Amino acid sequence: MPGIRWRRTRKMTEAERKPPQKTARAYLHLENIYKSYGKKVVLDDIDLQVSEGEFITLVGPSGCGKSTLLRLILGQERPTAGAISIDGLSVGLPNPDRGIVYQKYPLFPHLTVLENIMLGPRLSQNMLSLLKRKRAIRDEAMAHLDMVKLAEHGDKFPHQLSGGMQQRVAIAQALIMKPKILLMDEPFGALDPGTREHLQVFLLELWEKRHMTVFLVTHDLEEAIYLGTRILVLSQFYCDGRGKNSERGSKIVFDEALERRATSTKAKGSEHARNLVQRIRREGFDPMYLQHITEFNLRHRDSFQTLTEEEKKR
Amino acid sequence: MIPLKTGNFVPLFKKGHAVTERPNDRLANLKECLSLFAEFSPKTKVFLVLLPFIILVGVYLAASDMRFRENKDDKFLPWPTKMAEATYKIAFTEDKRTGRYLMLDDTIASLRRIGIGMSLSAGSSVVAGIVVGLFPLFRLINIGLLTFLTIIPPLAILPIFFMVFGVDELVKIMLIFVGTFPWITRDIAHATEKIPKEQIVKSLTLGASRLQVARKIVFPQIMPILMNTTRLSLGSAWLLLIAAEGIAATSGLGYRIFLMSRYLNTEIIIPYVLWITFLGFVVDWTLKKFIGWNYAWYKVEEDT
Repeated sequence: MPGIRWRRTRKMTEAERKPPQKTARAYLHLENIYKSYGKKVVLDDIDLQVSEGEFITLVGPSGCGKSTLLRLILGQERPTAGAISIDGLSVGLPNPDRGIVYQKYPLFPHLTVLENIMLGPRLSQNMLSLLKRKRAIRDEAMAHLDMVKLAEHGDKFPHQLSGGMQQRVAIAQALIMKPKILLMDEPFGALDPGTREHLQVFLLELWEKRHMTVFLVTHDLEEAIYLGTRILVLSQFYCDGRGKNSERGSKIVFDEALERRATSTKAKGSEHARNLVQRIRREGFDPMYLQHITEFNLRHRDSFQTLTEEEKKR
Repeated sequence: MIPLKTGNFVPLFKKGHAVTERPNDRLANLKECLSLFAEFSPKTKVFLVLLPFIILVGVYLAASDMRFRENKDDKFLPWPTKMAEATYKIAFTEDKRTGRYLMLDDTIASLRRIGIGMSLSAGSSVVAGIVVGLFPLFRLINIGLLTFLTIIPPLAILPIFFMVFGVDELVKIMLIFVGTFPWITRDIAHATEKIPKEQIVKSLTLGASRLQVARKIVFPQIMPILMNTTRLSLGSAWLLLIAAEGIAATSGLGYRIFLMSRYLNTEIIIPYVLWITFLGFVVDWTLKKFIGWNYAWYKVEEDT
């Protein structure tokens, strides 16, 4: 298996199944998160703990609430119940702690590429220091533009760039704020396959270079397995002790580490990757295959689950 | 080599695939002209645009000529030379009583009122519109009120305006302001709401405060829309101005028109109407060009 090797999966021992103690290393921490819109429960008791420097990818069937979970972490929406904290601080409204890259509307149309990148540092300065730091901000923005290999396009407007280039600018725009965590909502979803692959490699290189913590939502399983160091599957297809007809939202049903050795895209076609895709399809995406809540594949060392007695019932 | 035969026949329209063989088939010609996908040559296009004007002028001249034959002193439909004379007199010779150029004075007076009125309404409605569009609280408070205000016909409350603001400059400016402000505000609020939520959230993650979101993200993107809405409101501004000037004023294009109408003096009225049309056209064209030139990204946004 050239290029990539996955963490060897082993049988979980009983001890590992038990919710682990919260470790001090937890960087992003979600506990007992519920989100419902009116009567419709979308997220149903999400527990998640993420270490610093991790590249999390989140997949799930459509309508499972992937983007909702991302919006909760972003602070754009508030959970109906539960607590989210980043680096020990509880999450409020969107702020520079969390960077965001969307699929659509990646840039501000009325600003040039360079102005788009400079926007963050400029907004956080007052008038006086803005004058003082003018040169420094420009240089920093140029460096970031260079980092995404678009140095010669600084004076163009977003509409003059291709979709892939716009997305690269959007990444630079978010990274210049040095966010504690970079959130990405299907960032490459609207791109053609060639550009998408190119940007995936690019993002991985960037992640390795800058030791970022990334939380990426995608509907593309191959992409999720290729990019992540840890894959989460959010799904509404499971069963528990709450009775057949009870209204239930999505839970994390799959949580496994992915070990990466190289960034070659060849790894996408490897047999191991294919097997993993098949397993995730079955356990997370198949409405007919209902795993019991106590049998989820939550092998990752950071994974934990808080269940009520009722839920645990068979 | 295949000899190509080129015919002399130039059809009224670019030939479609259906009628290439029988160019003289008039019925097919007509059918093609009325097609939903009819295409015309550039010359024909210009002709078609000018056609209604040609007819209009023709009908006017014929009617004018007819009346002149019946009555040599007819003033109602004057011949163009008479209009030109009258226009020259009012535009380029000093008025005997005041020693001023009346048409110039009228134009300045009207443009001043419209300029001040529109600046006031555009300036205040951009602030109001952004606030209403951006904050759910103010949207809820104002959305019903704004709809209510836009439905009131401003001319209906003109008498009240004369009572409150007197009969001088202020009442005209206020009328233009009140007549255009709710419309522009509503448009700006809509445009603000249409700015993707993602952009607002993103600017917050880039460290923007609420004020900065309004000033640095929303306002610049609203500017071309404001100009466009203002451009479109100028029509109703002229309407209100001329109505107000017709009722109570001592100068202005509308004042002159209403004054002249008392003497059935159409040789002044018609040139004045054309002049107002021309002024409106120039302002409209300038604003349009300015938007295209200054906000290159806006046009593109609209197209996509």
